[in-house]
Amino acid sequence: MRALTWHGIGDVRVDTVPDPEIINPRDAVLKITSTAICGSDLHLYDGVIPGMKQGDILGHEFMGIVEEVGPKSTLKVGQRVVVPFTISCGHCFFCEQGQFSACDNGNPVENQDASEKLYGHAMGAAFGYSHLTGGYPGGQAEYVRVPYSDVGPIVVPDGIPDEDVLFLSDILPTGWMAAENAGIREGDTVAVWGCGPVGLFAVQSAVLMGAAQVIAIDHHPRRLELAARFGARIINFEDTHVGEALMEMTGGIGPDAVIDAVGMEAHGFAPDNVFDAVKQKVGVGADRGHALRQAILAVRKGGRVSIPGVYGGMLDKWPLGAMMEKGLELRSGQTHVQRYTADLLRRIQEGEIDTTFLISHRLPLDEAPTGYKNFRDNQNEWTKVVLKPH
Amino acid sequence: MSTEQLSDDAPLRARRDDKEGKLAHVGRSVTINRPRHELFAFWRDFQNLPTFMENIEKIEFTGHNRARWTIRAPVGTRVELETEIVDVVEDASISWRSTEDSQIRTEGKVTFTDAPGNRGTIVTADIAYTPPGGDIGRAIAKLFMAEPNIQARHELKRFKMLMEAGEISTPINHRN
Repeated sequence: MRALTWHGIGDVRVDTVPDPEIINPRDAVLKITSTAICGSDLHLYDGVIPGMKQGDILGHEFMGIVEEVGPKSTLKVGQRVVVPFTISCGHCFFCEQGQFSACDNGNPVENQDASEKLYGHAMGAAFGYSHLTGGYPGGQAEYVRVPYSDVGPIVVPDGIPDEDVLFLSDILPTGWMAAENAGIREGDTVAVWGCGPVGLFAVQSAVLMGAAQVIAIDHHPRRLELAARFGARIINFEDTHVGEALMEMTGGIGPDAVIDAVGMEAHGFAPDNVFDAVKQKVGVGADRGHALRQAILAVRKGGRVSIPGVYGGMLDKWPLGAMMEKGLELRSGQTHVQRYTADLLRRIQEGEIDTTFLISHRLPLDEAPTGYKNFRDNQNEWTKVVLKPH
Repeated sequence: MSTEQLSDDAPLRARRDDKEGKLAHVGRSVTINRPRHELFAFWRDFQNLPTFMENIEKIEFTGHNRARWTIRAPVGTRVELETEIVDVVEDASISWRSTEDSQIRTEGKVTFTDAPGNRGTIVTADIAYTPPGGDIGRAIAKLFMAEPNIQARHELKRFKMLMEAGEISTPINHRN
Protein backbone atom coordinates (compact mmCIF):
# COMPACT_ATOMS: atom_id res chain seq x y z
CA MET A 1 0.00 0.00 0.00
CA ARG A 2 0.93 3.68 -0.14
CA ALA A 3 1.67 5.45 3.14
CA LEU A 4 3.12 8.73 4.40
CA THR A 5 6.40 7.94 6.14
CA TRP A 6 8.78 9.96 8.28
CA HIS A 7 12.44 10.15 7.25
CA GLY A 8 13.83 13.05 9.27
CA ILE A 9 13.28 16.68 10.12
CA GLY A 10 11.10 18.24 7.43
CA ASP A 11 11.32 15.04 5.39
CA VAL A 12 8.13 13.02 4.92
CA ARG A 13 7.49 10.90 1.82
CA VAL A 14 4.78 8.73 0.36
CA ASP A 15 6.29 5.24 0.07
CA THR A 16 5.06 1.81 -0.89
CA VAL A 17 5.05 -0.39 2.23
CA PRO A 18 3.58 -3.83 3.12
CA ASP A 19 -0.18 -3.97 3.77
CA PRO A 20 -1.26 -4.39 7.40
CA GLU A 21 -2.67 -7.70 8.59
CA ILE A 22 -4.69 -8.93 11.55
CA ILE A 23 -2.12 -9.73 14.27
CA ASN A 24 -4.10 -9.94 17.52
CA PRO A 25 -7.61 -11.34 18.08
CA ARG A 26 -9.21 -7.94 18.79
CA ASP A 27 -7.71 -6.28 15.67
CA ALA A 28 -9.47 -4.90 12.63
CA VAL A 29 -7.97 -3.65 9.38
CA LEU A 30 -9.54 -0.56 7.81
CA LYS A 31 -9.49 0.77 4.30
CA ILE A 32 -8.99 4.46 4.96
CA THR A 33 -11.46 6.86 3.38
CA SER A 34 -10.36 10.14 5.03
CA THR A 35 -7.36 11.07 7.15
CA ALA A 36 -6.10 14.43 8.38
CA ILE A 37 -2.80 16.07 9.21
CA CYS A 38 -2.85 17.14 12.86
CA GLY A 39 -1.04 20.13 14.34
CA SER A 40 0.76 17.65 16.58
CA ASP A 41 2.09 15.90 13.44
CA LEU A 42 4.00 19.12 12.83
CA HIS A 43 5.94 18.50 16.08
CA LEU A 44 7.10 15.22 14.48
CA TYR A 45 7.79 16.97 11.18
CA ASP A 46 9.92 19.53 13.04
CA GLY A 47 11.74 16.77 14.93
CA VAL A 48 10.93 18.04 18.43
CA ILE A 49 9.32 14.79 19.66
CA PRO A 50 11.82 12.05 20.52
CA GLY A 51 11.50 8.39 19.57
CA MET A 52 10.92 8.61 15.82
CA LYS A 53 12.46 6.08 13.43
CA GLN A 54 12.96 6.31 9.68
CA GLY A 55 10.05 4.80 7.81
CA ASP A 56 7.47 5.29 10.58
CA ILE A 57 3.98 5.73 9.12
CA LEU A 58 2.37 8.91 10.50
CA GLY A 59 -1.26 9.82 11.05
CA HIS A 60 -3.63 9.54 14.01
CA GLU A 61 -6.78 11.21 12.68
CA PHE A 62 -8.48 8.79 10.35
CA MET A 63 -11.62 6.90 9.46
CA GLY A 64 -12.48 4.17 7.04
CA ILE A 65 -14.36 1.05 6.06
CA VAL A 66 -13.78 -2.19 7.98
CA GLU A 67 -11.94 -4.49 5.59
CA GLU A 68 -11.04 -7.43 7.84
CA VAL A 69 -11.64 -8.38 11.48
CA GLY A 70 -9.97 -10.62 14.06
CA PRO A 71 -12.03 -13.25 15.95
CA LYS A 72 -12.55 -10.99 19.00
CA SER A 73 -13.44 -7.81 17.10
CA THR A 74 -17.07 -6.70 17.37
CA LEU A 75 -16.94 -4.74 14.11
CA LYS A 76 -18.39 -6.05 10.88
CA VAL A 77 -16.76 -5.93 7.48
CA GLY A 78 -18.18 -2.99 5.52
CA GLN A 79 -18.97 -0.77 8.53
CA ARG A 80 -17.73 2.82 8.39
CA VAL A 81 -15.91 3.85 11.58
CA VAL A 82 -13.95 6.73 13.12
CA VAL A 83 -10.99 5.63 15.23
CA PRO A 84 -9.75 7.42 18.39
CA PHE A 85 -6.07 8.29 18.18
CA THR A 86 -5.52 6.75 21.62
CA ILE A 87 -5.05 2.99 21.61
CA SER A 88 -6.83 1.80 24.76
CA CYS A 89 -7.58 -1.74 25.93
CA GLY A 90 -10.87 -0.92 27.66
CA HIS A 91 -10.27 -3.22 30.64
CA CYS A 92 -7.43 -1.87 32.78
CA PHE A 93 -7.99 0.35 35.82
CA PHE A 94 -7.49 3.52 33.78
CA CYS A 95 -9.82 2.56 30.93
CA GLU A 96 -12.50 1.58 33.45
CA GLN A 97 -12.18 5.08 34.97
CA GLY A 98 -12.55 6.66 31.54
CA GLN A 99 -8.89 7.73 31.57
CA PHE A 100 -8.35 6.06 28.23
CA SER A 101 -5.16 7.87 27.22
CA ALA A 102 -3.52 6.50 30.38
CA CYS A 103 -4.27 2.88 29.37
CA ASP A 104 -1.70 0.50 30.85
CA ASN A 105 -1.78 -2.04 28.06
CA GLY A 106 -1.83 -0.28 24.70
CA ASN A 107 1.84 0.62 24.68
CA PRO A 108 3.87 -2.52 23.90
CA VAL A 109 6.20 -3.61 26.71
CA GLU A 110 9.47 -2.91 24.87
CA ASN A 111 8.30 0.64 24.12
CA GLN A 112 7.34 1.40 27.73
CA ASP A 113 10.92 1.54 29.02
CA ALA A 114 11.79 4.93 27.54
CA SER A 115 8.82 6.88 28.87
CA GLU A 116 8.96 5.06 32.20
CA LYS A 117 12.42 6.61 32.61
CA LEU A 118 11.48 9.96 31.08
CA TYR A 119 8.12 10.57 32.79
CA GLY A 120 8.18 8.21 35.77
CA HIS A 121 5.39 6.10 34.26
CA ALA A 122 5.01 4.50 30.86
CA MET A 123 2.85 6.48 28.45
CA GLY A 124 -0.29 5.18 26.85
CA ALA A 125 -0.32 4.38 23.15
CA ALA A 126 -1.33 6.30 20.04
CA PHE A 127 -1.30 5.73 16.31
CA GLY A 128 1.60 7.05 14.25
CA TYR A 129 3.17 9.08 17.03
CA SER A 130 6.74 7.99 17.82
CA HIS A 131 7.96 4.90 19.61
CA LEU A 132 7.40 6.51 23.01
CA THR A 133 3.68 5.94 22.45
CA GLY A 134 4.04 2.48 21.01
CA GLY A 135 5.53 2.79 17.54
CA TYR A 136 2.18 1.90 15.95
CA PRO A 137 1.90 2.55 12.20
CA GLY A 138 -0.48 5.45 11.63
CA GLY A 139 -3.41 6.17 9.37
CA GLN A 140 -2.04 8.48 6.68
CA ALA A 141 -2.07 5.41 4.50
CA GLU A 142 -4.37 3.33 2.36
CA TYR A 143 -4.95 0.80 5.14
CA VAL A 144 -4.37 0.62 8.89
CA ARG A 145 -4.38 -2.06 11.56
CA VAL A 146 -6.57 -1.06 14.52
CA PRO A 147 -5.91 -2.87 17.83
CA TYR A 148 -8.74 -3.27 20.39
CA SER A 149 -11.25 -2.62 17.63
CA ASP A 150 -14.07 -3.79 19.93
CA VAL A 151 -13.73 -0.77 22.24
CA GLY A 152 -12.24 2.17 20.30
CA PRO A 153 -13.85 2.77 16.92
CA ILE A 154 -17.26 4.38 16.71
CA VAL A 155 -19.61 3.28 13.92
CA VAL A 156 -20.86 6.19 11.81
CA PRO A 157 -24.53 6.13 10.79
CA ASP A 158 -25.23 6.22 7.06
CA GLY A 159 -25.87 9.57 5.46
CA ILE A 160 -23.27 11.54 7.45
CA PRO A 161 -20.36 12.67 5.27
CA ASP A 162 -16.83 11.66 6.39
CA GLU A 163 -15.79 15.24 6.98
CA ASP A 164 -18.56 15.88 9.51
CA VAL A 165 -17.24 13.17 11.84
CA LEU A 166 -13.54 12.73 10.97
CA PHE A 167 -12.41 15.04 13.76
CA LEU A 168 -14.00 12.81 16.41
CA SER A 169 -10.68 10.95 16.11
CA ASP A 170 -8.75 13.67 17.96
CA ILE A 171 -9.11 17.42 17.66
CA LEU A 172 -12.82 17.76 18.49
CA PRO A 173 -12.66 15.70 21.70
CA THR A 174 -9.31 17.36 22.46
CA GLY A 175 -10.85 20.84 22.21
CA TRP A 176 -13.86 19.65 24.21
CA MET A 177 -11.71 18.14 26.99
CA ALA A 178 -9.62 21.32 27.04
CA ALA A 179 -12.77 23.30 27.82
CA GLU A 180 -13.91 20.69 30.34
CA ASN A 181 -10.49 20.89 32.05
CA ALA A 182 -10.97 24.65 32.30
CA GLY A 183 -13.87 23.96 34.69
CA ILE A 184 -16.07 26.57 33.01
CA ARG A 185 -18.93 28.05 35.05
CA GLU A 186 -21.82 30.21 33.81
CA GLY A 187 -20.61 33.72 33.16
CA ASP A 188 -16.90 32.91 32.99
CA THR A 189 -14.38 34.58 30.74
CA VAL A 190 -12.19 31.99 29.05
CA ALA A 191 -9.03 32.91 27.12
CA VAL A 192 -7.71 30.49 24.50
CA TRP A 193 -4.13 30.72 23.20
CA GLY A 194 -3.80 29.33 19.67
CA CYS A 195 -6.52 29.26 17.03
CA GLY A 196 -5.40 26.06 15.40
CA PRO A 197 -7.94 23.24 15.13
CA VAL A 198 -7.83 22.36 18.85
CA GLY A 199 -8.07 26.00 19.92
CA LEU A 200 -11.02 26.60 17.59
CA PHE A 201 -12.85 23.55 18.94
CA ALA A 202 -12.04 24.71 22.47
CA VAL A 203 -13.65 28.08 21.63
CA GLN A 204 -16.83 26.37 20.37
CA SER A 205 -16.88 24.04 23.39
CA ALA A 206 -16.36 26.88 25.90
CA VAL A 207 -19.33 28.75 24.41
CA LEU A 208 -21.49 25.58 24.62
CA MET A 209 -20.43 25.10 28.25
CA GLY A 210 -21.76 28.51 29.21
CA ALA A 211 -18.81 30.91 29.04
CA ALA A 212 -20.07 34.49 28.85
CA GLN A 213 -16.97 35.64 27.03
CA VAL A 214 -14.33 33.72 25.09
CA ILE A 215 -11.19 35.53 24.02
CA ALA A 216 -9.03 33.92 21.34
CA ILE A 217 -5.36 34.78 20.85
CA ASP A 218 -3.32 34.14 17.69
CA HIS A 219 -1.44 36.08 15.01
CA HIS A 220 -2.96 34.61 11.84
CA PRO A 221 -5.84 36.85 10.72
CA ARG A 222 -7.66 34.01 8.95
CA ARG A 223 -7.55 31.82 12.06
CA LEU A 224 -8.71 34.68 14.29
CA GLU A 225 -11.57 35.26 11.86
CA LEU A 226 -12.66 31.62 12.32
CA ALA A 227 -12.61 32.09 16.10
CA ALA A 228 -14.70 35.25 15.77
CA ARG A 229 -17.23 33.28 13.74
CA PHE A 230 -17.99 31.24 16.88
CA GLY A 231 -18.51 34.33 18.97
CA ALA A 232 -14.99 34.78 20.35
CA ARG A 233 -13.47 38.21 20.86
CA ILE A 234 -10.01 38.18 19.37
CA ILE A 235 -6.51 39.40 20.20
CA ASN A 236 -3.73 39.50 17.62
CA PHE A 237 -0.54 39.20 19.66
CA GLU A 238 1.51 40.90 16.95
CA ASP A 239 -0.51 44.08 17.39
CA THR A 240 -1.45 43.95 21.06
CA HIS A 241 0.05 43.41 24.53
CA VAL A 242 -1.83 40.25 25.41
CA GLY A 243 -1.62 40.43 29.19
CA GLU A 244 -2.68 44.06 29.33
CA ALA A 245 -5.51 43.48 26.83
CA LEU A 246 -6.87 40.56 28.87
CA MET A 247 -6.92 42.66 32.03
CA GLU A 248 -8.66 45.52 30.23
CA MET A 249 -11.21 43.18 28.62
CA THR A 250 -12.15 41.65 32.00
CA GLY A 251 -12.53 44.76 34.14
CA GLY A 252 -9.12 44.27 35.69
CA ILE A 253 -9.84 40.76 36.95
CA GLY A 254 -8.20 38.56 34.32
CA PRO A 255 -9.78 35.52 32.65
CA ASP A 256 -11.34 32.93 34.98
CA ALA A 257 -9.81 30.14 32.94
CA VAL A 258 -7.06 29.97 30.34
CA ILE A 259 -6.43 27.29 27.72
CA ASP A 260 -3.01 26.76 26.13
CA ALA A 261 -3.77 25.23 22.74
CA VAL A 262 -0.32 26.12 21.42
CA GLY A 263 2.08 23.71 23.09
CA MET A 264 5.79 23.22 22.71
CA GLU A 265 6.44 25.28 19.59
CA ALA A 266 5.14 28.67 20.65
CA HIS A 267 5.89 31.62 18.36
CA GLY A 268 6.66 35.18 19.23
CA PHE A 269 9.65 37.40 19.72
CA ALA A 270 9.70 37.63 23.50
CA PRO A 271 13.09 37.12 25.22
CA ASP A 272 12.05 33.89 26.97
CA ASN A 273 10.89 32.43 23.68
CA VAL A 274 14.02 33.30 21.73
CA PHE A 275 16.07 31.61 24.44
CA ASP A 276 13.81 28.51 24.39
CA ALA A 277 13.93 28.33 20.59
CA VAL A 278 17.72 28.29 20.60
CA LYS A 279 17.76 25.52 23.21
CA GLN A 280 15.23 23.50 21.23
CA LYS A 281 17.33 23.90 18.08
CA VAL A 282 20.51 22.64 19.71
CA GLY A 283 18.66 19.95 21.62
CA VAL A 284 19.27 21.00 25.23
CA GLY A 285 15.66 21.95 25.93
CA ALA A 286 12.64 20.25 24.44
CA ASP A 287 9.84 22.69 25.08
CA ARG A 288 9.14 26.29 24.17
CA GLY A 289 6.57 27.57 26.57
CA HIS A 290 5.97 31.23 25.84
CA ALA A 291 2.20 30.92 25.43
CA LEU A 292 1.84 28.89 28.61
CA ARG A 293 3.87 31.35 30.68
CA GLN A 294 1.77 34.22 29.35
CA ALA A 295 -1.43 32.33 30.17
CA ILE A 296 -0.35 31.63 33.74
CA LEU A 297 0.47 35.29 34.31
CA ALA A 298 -2.80 36.42 32.74
CA VAL A 299 -5.28 34.14 34.52
CA ARG A 300 -7.10 35.60 37.52
CA LYS A 301 -6.27 34.71 41.12
CA GLY A 302 -7.72 31.30 41.96
CA GLY A 303 -8.24 30.67 38.24
CA ARG A 304 -7.91 27.54 36.16
CA VAL A 305 -5.24 26.56 33.63
CA SER A 306 -6.02 23.92 31.01
CA ILE A 307 -3.21 22.59 28.81
CA PRO A 308 -4.26 20.58 25.75
CA GLY A 309 -1.13 21.77 23.90
CA VAL A 310 1.50 19.08 23.44
CA TYR A 311 4.68 19.19 25.53
CA GLY A 312 7.31 16.48 25.45
CA GLY A 313 10.17 17.29 27.73
CA MET A 314 11.42 19.82 30.21
CA LEU A 315 10.42 23.44 30.45
CA ASP A 316 12.31 25.96 32.48
CA LYS A 317 11.39 29.47 33.58
CA TRP A 318 8.17 27.83 34.74
CA PRO A 319 6.25 30.48 36.73
CA LEU A 320 5.64 28.21 39.66
CA GLY A 321 5.60 31.20 42.01
CA ALA A 322 2.64 32.66 40.12
CA MET A 323 0.83 29.33 40.27
CA MET A 324 1.33 29.03 44.01
CA GLU A 325 0.79 32.62 45.02
CA LYS A 326 -2.32 33.04 42.85
CA GLY A 327 -3.67 29.64 43.89
CA LEU A 328 -4.19 28.26 40.40
CA GLU A 329 -5.59 24.89 39.38
CA LEU A 330 -3.93 23.13 36.46
CA ARG A 331 -5.25 20.27 34.35
CA SER A 332 -3.69 18.70 31.31
CA GLY A 333 -3.27 15.42 29.48
CA GLN A 334 -3.65 13.53 26.28
CA THR A 335 -7.31 13.27 25.38
CA HIS A 336 -9.45 10.43 26.71
CA VAL A 337 -11.06 10.27 23.26
CA GLN A 338 -13.26 7.23 23.88
CA ARG A 339 -14.96 9.08 26.75
CA TYR A 340 -16.37 11.76 24.44
CA THR A 341 -17.03 10.24 21.01
CA ALA A 342 -20.66 9.15 21.47
CA ASP A 343 -21.78 12.45 23.00
CA LEU A 344 -19.93 14.54 20.43
CA LEU A 345 -21.30 12.46 17.54
CA ARG A 346 -24.79 13.28 18.80
CA ARG A 347 -23.94 17.00 19.02
CA ILE A 348 -22.65 16.91 15.43
CA GLN A 349 -25.83 15.16 14.24
CA GLU A 350 -27.98 17.74 16.02
CA GLY A 351 -26.05 20.59 14.42
CA GLU A 352 -24.75 21.88 17.75
CA ILE A 353 -21.10 21.67 16.72
CA ASP A 354 -19.71 22.69 13.33
CA THR A 355 -16.73 20.59 12.25
CA THR A 356 -16.26 21.19 8.55
CA PHE A 357 -15.56 24.95 8.75
CA LEU A 358 -11.98 24.10 9.58
CA ILE A 359 -11.02 22.26 6.41
CA SER A 360 -9.13 24.48 3.99
CA HIS A 361 -7.53 21.85 1.75
CA ARG A 362 -8.30 18.37 0.46
CA LEU A 363 -5.46 16.45 -1.17
CA PRO A 364 -4.81 12.95 -2.48
CA LEU A 365 -2.47 10.96 -0.21
CA ASP A 366 0.40 11.30 -2.71
CA GLU A 367 0.42 15.06 -2.11
CA ALA A 368 0.64 14.72 1.66
CA PRO A 369 4.23 16.10 1.81
CA THR A 370 2.96 19.34 0.21
CA GLY A 371 0.20 19.37 2.81
CA TYR A 372 2.73 19.10 5.66
CA LYS A 373 4.89 21.88 4.28
CA ASN A 374 2.03 24.31 3.82
CA PHE A 375 0.24 23.43 7.06
CA ARG A 376 3.47 24.41 8.83
CA ASP A 377 4.67 27.33 6.70
CA ASN A 378 1.43 28.89 5.55
CA GLN A 379 -0.73 28.61 8.64
CA ASN A 380 -2.94 31.54 7.79
CA GLU A 381 -4.51 29.88 4.73
CA TRP A 382 -3.85 26.20 5.49
CA THR A 383 -6.07 25.67 8.53
CA LYS A 384 -6.70 21.94 8.12
CA VAL A 385 -5.68 19.37 5.50
CA VAL A 386 -7.73 16.25 4.78
CA LEU A 387 -6.09 13.49 2.75
CA LYS A 388 -7.97 11.07 0.54
CA PRO A 389 -5.98 7.85 0.12
CA HIS A 390 -8.32 6.14 -2.38
CA MET B 1 14.51 -13.49 51.78
CA SER B 2 15.23 -11.93 55.09
CA THR B 3 13.81 -8.59 56.01
CA GLU B 4 15.74 -8.13 59.22
CA GLN B 5 17.96 -5.10 59.74
CA LEU B 6 16.08 -3.10 57.14
CA SER B 7 15.94 0.61 57.83
CA ASP B 8 12.53 1.12 56.23
CA ASP B 9 9.51 -0.69 54.84
CA ALA B 10 10.60 -0.73 51.20
CA PRO B 11 11.19 -4.14 49.65
CA LEU B 12 14.81 -5.20 49.32
CA ARG B 13 14.63 -4.95 45.54
CA ALA B 14 14.07 -1.19 45.83
CA ARG B 15 17.07 -0.53 48.06
CA ARG B 16 20.21 1.20 46.86
CA ASP B 17 22.11 -1.93 47.79
CA ASP B 18 19.87 -4.71 46.53
CA LYS B 19 22.35 -7.46 47.41
CA GLU B 20 22.22 -9.81 50.32
CA GLY B 21 25.47 -11.73 50.39
CA LYS B 22 26.08 -12.77 46.80
CA LEU B 23 22.40 -12.72 45.91
CA ALA B 24 21.01 -9.74 44.04
CA HIS B 25 17.34 -9.06 44.73
CA VAL B 26 15.22 -7.94 41.80
CA GLY B 27 11.57 -7.98 40.88
CA ARG B 28 8.50 -5.92 40.31
CA SER B 29 4.92 -5.40 41.38
CA VAL B 30 2.02 -4.91 38.98
CA THR B 31 -1.64 -4.42 39.71
CA ILE B 32 -3.86 -6.50 37.48
CA ASN B 33 -7.55 -5.77 37.21
CA ARG B 34 -8.61 -9.43 37.57
CA PRO B 35 -9.53 -11.67 40.52
CA ARG B 36 -6.69 -13.27 42.48
CA HIS B 37 -7.84 -16.84 41.92
CA GLU B 38 -7.87 -16.46 38.14
CA LEU B 39 -4.34 -15.04 38.02
CA PHE B 40 -2.97 -17.65 40.40
CA ALA B 41 -4.52 -20.49 38.42
CA PHE B 42 -3.07 -19.23 35.15
CA TRP B 43 0.42 -18.86 36.63
CA ARG B 44 0.27 -22.18 38.51
CA ASP B 45 -0.16 -23.99 35.21
CA PHE B 46 3.46 -23.63 34.15
CA GLN B 47 2.65 -24.56 30.57
CA ASN B 48 1.15 -21.05 30.35
CA LEU B 49 4.34 -19.24 31.34
CA PRO B 50 5.97 -19.10 27.88
CA THR B 51 2.89 -17.23 26.56
CA PHE B 52 4.11 -14.11 28.35
CA MET B 53 7.72 -14.92 29.29
CA GLU B 54 9.43 -14.20 26.00
CA ASN B 55 12.89 -14.97 27.35
CA ILE B 56 12.06 -18.57 28.00
CA GLU B 57 13.20 -20.71 25.15
CA LYS B 58 12.12 -24.01 26.63
CA ILE B 59 10.65 -25.54 29.79
CA GLU B 60 11.04 -29.28 30.37
CA PHE B 61 9.36 -30.93 33.32
CA THR B 62 11.92 -33.17 34.92
CA GLY B 63 9.98 -34.55 37.84
CA HIS B 64 7.39 -33.69 40.43
CA ASN B 65 7.59 -29.91 40.87
CA ARG B 66 10.92 -29.81 39.05
CA ALA B 67 11.57 -28.09 35.74
CA ARG B 68 14.54 -27.30 33.54
CA TRP B 69 14.43 -23.83 31.99
CA THR B 70 16.40 -22.58 29.01
CA ILE B 71 16.52 -18.79 29.23
CA ARG B 72 17.90 -16.34 26.70
CA ALA B 73 20.81 -14.31 28.07
CA PRO B 74 22.89 -11.46 26.56
CA VAL B 75 24.72 -11.66 23.25
CA GLY B 76 22.97 -14.76 22.02
CA THR B 77 23.95 -16.91 24.99
CA ARG B 78 21.65 -19.07 27.10
CA VAL B 79 21.33 -19.87 30.75
CA GLU B 80 20.09 -23.27 31.83
CA LEU B 81 18.42 -23.53 35.12
CA GLU B 82 16.76 -26.31 37.08
CA THR B 83 14.23 -25.33 39.69
CA GLU B 84 12.01 -26.99 42.21
CA ILE B 85 8.85 -25.62 43.72
CA VAL B 86 9.37 -25.33 47.43
CA ASP B 87 6.07 -23.91 48.52
CA VAL B 88 2.64 -23.24 47.08
CA VAL B 89 -0.04 -21.38 49.01
CA GLU B 90 -3.28 -21.73 47.08
CA ASP B 91 -4.36 -18.41 45.48
CA ALA B 92 -1.56 -16.59 47.32
CA SER B 93 2.00 -17.52 46.39
CA ILE B 94 4.39 -19.85 44.59
CA SER B 95 8.03 -20.14 45.71
CA TRP B 96 10.86 -21.87 43.91
CA ARG B 97 14.60 -22.29 44.13
CA SER B 98 17.32 -23.65 41.94
CA THR B 99 18.42 -27.23 42.46
CA GLU B 100 22.00 -28.06 43.41
CA ASP B 101 23.12 -29.01 39.91
CA SER B 102 21.72 -25.81 38.43
CA GLN B 103 24.09 -23.49 36.51
CA ILE B 104 23.10 -20.44 38.56
CA ARG B 105 21.79 -20.08 42.06
CA THR B 106 18.41 -18.44 42.34
CA GLU B 107 15.32 -18.39 44.46
CA GLY B 108 12.09 -16.60 43.93
CA LYS B 109 8.53 -16.10 44.88
CA VAL B 110 5.51 -14.75 43.11
CA THR B 111 2.76 -13.49 45.38
CA PHE B 112 -0.85 -12.63 44.66
CA THR B 113 -2.63 -10.26 47.04
CA ASP B 114 -5.92 -8.38 46.77
CA ALA B 115 -5.35 -4.79 45.73
CA PRO B 116 -7.03 -2.12 47.86
CA GLY B 117 -9.98 -0.24 46.40
CA ASN B 118 -11.20 -3.13 44.26
CA ARG B 119 -8.41 -2.64 41.78
CA GLY B 120 -7.88 -6.34 41.32
CA THR B 121 -4.74 -8.18 42.38
CA ILE B 122 -1.19 -7.08 43.13
CA VAL B 123 1.19 -9.57 41.60
CA THR B 124 4.75 -9.34 42.87
CA ALA B 125 7.76 -11.24 41.63
CA ASP B 126 10.72 -11.35 44.01
CA ILE B 127 13.78 -12.95 42.53
CA ALA B 128 17.17 -13.43 44.19
CA TYR B 129 20.03 -14.63 42.03
CA THR B 130 23.79 -14.72 41.67
CA PRO B 131 24.54 -12.71 38.56
CA PRO B 132 26.52 -14.85 36.08
CA GLY B 133 29.83 -13.00 35.68
CA GLY B 134 29.30 -11.08 38.93
CA ASP B 135 28.64 -7.36 38.94
CA ILE B 136 30.28 -6.86 35.55
CA GLY B 137 28.17 -9.61 34.04
CA ARG B 138 25.11 -7.95 35.52
CA ALA B 139 26.02 -4.59 33.98
CA ILE B 140 26.49 -6.20 30.58
CA ALA B 141 23.15 -7.98 30.91
CA LYS B 142 21.45 -4.64 31.66
CA LEU B 143 22.98 -3.19 28.53
CA PHE B 144 21.34 -5.93 26.48
CA MET B 145 18.04 -5.60 28.38
CA ALA B 146 18.46 -9.21 29.48
CA GLU B 147 19.05 -8.56 33.14
CA PRO B 148 16.52 -10.41 35.34
CA ASN B 149 15.10 -7.18 36.76
CA ILE B 150 14.30 -5.88 33.28
CA GLN B 151 13.05 -9.28 32.17
CA ALA B 152 10.82 -9.54 35.24
CA ARG B 153 9.37 -6.09 34.55
CA HIS B 154 8.65 -6.95 30.93
CA GLU B 155 7.22 -10.35 31.74
CA LEU B 156 4.88 -9.08 34.43
CA LYS B 157 3.62 -6.38 32.09
CA ARG B 158 2.96 -8.98 29.40
CA PHE B 159 1.15 -11.12 31.97
CA LYS B 160 -0.98 -8.11 32.86
CA MET B 161 -1.81 -7.43 29.19
CA LEU B 162 -2.77 -11.02 28.59
CA MET B 163 -4.99 -11.18 31.68
CA GLU B 164 -6.64 -7.75 31.28
CA ALA B 165 -6.82 -7.24 27.54
CA GLY B 166 -6.76 -10.87 26.47
CA GLU B 167 -3.77 -10.28 24.21
CA ILE B 168 -0.24 -8.88 24.26
CA SER B 169 0.00 -5.56 22.46
CA THR B 170 2.40 -5.18 19.56
CA PRO B 171 3.07 -2.49 16.96
CA ILE B 172 3.91 -5.00 14.24
CA ASN B 173 1.72 -4.58 11.22
CA HIS B 174 2.30 -7.77 9.31
CA ARG B 175 3.91 -11.15 9.82
CA ASN B 176 7.22 -11.06 7.93
